[in-house]
Amino acid sequence: MLASRHVDQTTQAPATHFPADQCCLNIEQFNLAYAGKLALQALTLQVPRHRVTAFIGPSGCGKSTLLRAINRLHDLNGSVTHSGSISLEGHNIHDPGINVTELRRRVGMVFQTPNPFPMSIYDNVAFGLRLQKRLAKRQRDDIIEWALTSAALWDEVKDDLHRSAWRLSGGQQQRLVIARTLAVQPDVLLLDEPASALDPISTLKIEELIRNLKSQLTLVLVTHNMQQAARVSDYTAFLQEGELVEYGPTDHVFTNPRLQRTENYITGRMA
Amino acid sequence: MKRLKSALRQGVWPWLCAGSVALSLLMLGALLALLLTRGLGHFWPATLDEVTLANGDIVAGEAVRELPLPDQAGNERLYFIGNRDIDDVRWRWVALDSIAQRTQPATLLRLERRTWGDFIGYLEAVDVNGQRITGQDAWQQVKQALRLPTLQRAQYQLTLRTPQGQTLRQSLATVLSAEAPNAMSVGQKVQTWGNGIWQFLSQGPRAANTQGGVWPAIFGTMLMVILMSVMVTPFGVLAAIYLNEIAHQGPLTRLVRIGVHNLAGVPSIVYGVFGLGVFVYGIGGSLDEWFFDEALPSPTFGTGGLLWASLTLALLTLPVVIVATEEGLARIPEAQREGAVALGATRLEMITRVVLPMTMPAMLTGVILAVARAAGEVAPLMLVGVAKLAPQMPLDGEFPYLHLERKFMHLGYHLFDTAFHGEDVQAAIPLVYATALLLVLLVLVLNLTAILLRHHLRRQRGSEC
Repeated sequence: MLASRHVDQTTQAPATHFPADQCCLNIEQFNLAYAGKLALQALTLQVPRHRVTAFIGPSGCGKSTLLRAINRLHDLNGSVTHSGSISLEGHNIHDPGINVTELRRRVGMVFQTPNPFPMSIYDNVAFGLRLQKRLAKRQRDDIIEWALTSAALWDEVKDDLHRSAWRLSGGQQQRLVIARTLAVQPDVLLLDEPASALDPISTLKIEELIRNLKSQLTLVLVTHNMQQAARVSDYTAFLQEGELVEYGPTDHVFTNPRLQRTENYITGRMA
Repeated sequence: MKRLKSALRQGVWPWLCAGSVALSLLMLGALLALLLTRGLGHFWPATLDEVTLANGDIVAGEAVRELPLPDQAGNERLYFIGNRDIDDVRWRWVALDSIAQRTQPATLLRLERRTWGDFIGYLEAVDVNGQRITGQDAWQQVKQALRLPTLQRAQYQLTLRTPQGQTLRQSLATVLSAEAPNAMSVGQKVQTWGNGIWQFLSQGPRAANTQGGVWPAIFGTMLMVILMSVMVTPFGVLAAIYLNEIAHQGPLTRLVRIGVHNLAGVPSIVYGVFGLGVFVYGIGGSLDEWFFDEALPSPTFGTGGLLWASLTLALLTLPVVIVATEEGLARIPEAQREGAVALGATRLEMITRVVLPMTMPAMLTGVILAVARAAGEVAPLMLVGVAKLAPQMPLDGEFPYLHLERKFMHLGYHLFDTAFHGEDVQAAIPLVYATALLLVLLVLVLNLTAILLRHHLRRQRGSEC
């Protein structure tokens, strides 16, 4: 009965093509396979600069895979193959001339479970900085303060930066991980279900943080939480079985989806 | 049968398990208690008896133990009588029935001498600078003179009398210590006991390892274990990192892993044979030909030595370190590795800055196990460089300070040698206990150090893993 509902194809599709000066990530005909099994199929998607773009979709739809592909984390796994292209600010990230570690610095990533390193809060935030050029301690301290402030954690930890990061609460740990990523001044921040392991209050803090960070960088958010996607994102992409089903401004996707499949998923009518 | 089964199901299992634990603890406690009492009791200044037998013979010495007589009723008692220079025996069994009188004279002395072992008897007089001192003053004089350096002691001449009435003269320079245990207060006895333990720990062996201390053996064991740790830790850790972090996880890696696990079960003497064949004769022999040919045919590296022993034990303990480190590596969440890589770390930076620090406790566990195993291992060492008596320490003030080619002493081997190859088995027994206790304590101390270090590392990062 639901499937037979008429979908209004005549509605003007909102623009999801951005001019080059607004496009941060340009994914074109991207395919990715784990050990020969396709996980992403012919994905074409443009992520606008200084906006929050949410990837939603059922488990196993490939949204995390896509996120990790943008960071080239799949390089660690020898059985992953890919074709098509992902461009960051007009440069293909798979170009042989691209320095992978430099790419990963520019494209920060925050994972589902907070993963602070077993060292002090200070050392955690300094980790990425220390991998790069040598900085004067004074300069490093400034960056660390800035990063922790940006991640809305400074006031909570400034009195004891040399406490072990593992003693922080889950929500604080996740904000610390965000601060750690911000410290290396990335252009893009990928967030893979950053609040799924946190309590509601910590979740709200993370969401607020995401909205605030928009002015500094481009954010890509993977989430299972529809309300969260609706609350924080500007654009939403719905993926299913490795394919992009629908992509558009979040308002459009949530209030007036073009496709029945999208509506079913958003309203929770799909297994 | 049915009732037994239901009883088992109901409540015997917990009791059985608890019983096993209790039994294990009991055995461990008994072992330690035996080592402690026998090992430490050896240094306690024992009371000296003077026994007059029914046939008029006089026996003086320390009562060691009593056993039933072999062919008739009653017991006999073993006395340590010393004075080997007089009648060439140091021990005497005395049937209890034949004892007419047993006294413990306060003036009975026990002298520890550089040669001929202990003297038990009386002090008649002391000659010093042409002056003759007798009686109780003589004993006071001897006690004072014993604090002097050996050369000055040479001017003191003792006139000693055995309990049987023979007199002999002895220079004080050849006397190491003198005591009159029957006249000692408990405080003095404790002091003598402490001194005895300290000398055991700090001096070299004398009289074919039946007297004196075990310091060279302690030192040799520690040095060998440290050298072994220095060799095995980097190798084991690198191998574990390769197996777990770098190598492609396939059937070949699995095969290698199984191989490593099985290496841990190879009998240690096999490693000894390998070390002898490959390190001593193979590599050592070649080194001698190339660099030390002027010394040939006497070998330099082509014979057992500290280096080869450490290498052999490093090989022996390598699987332990690899397995423990690998387990530690496998416990590190993938998110930690990805977190580092996502921040722009190369694989090397990820391993050195995140993975290795997190594996440190596991690595230390591996090294603890390796050290404990190496410190107690004797069989392979007998083939690759341990010595009954090493005239020179492997570490001294002579260039190049650390002498890797020298033979060394080892507590485990010292124990074996004292127990079975000594000329005086009775005298060796307490030393065997004391050495065994020391070996256990040494391993315990090494383990405790590593455990504390591991604990410290964990606390530093506030983690439980």
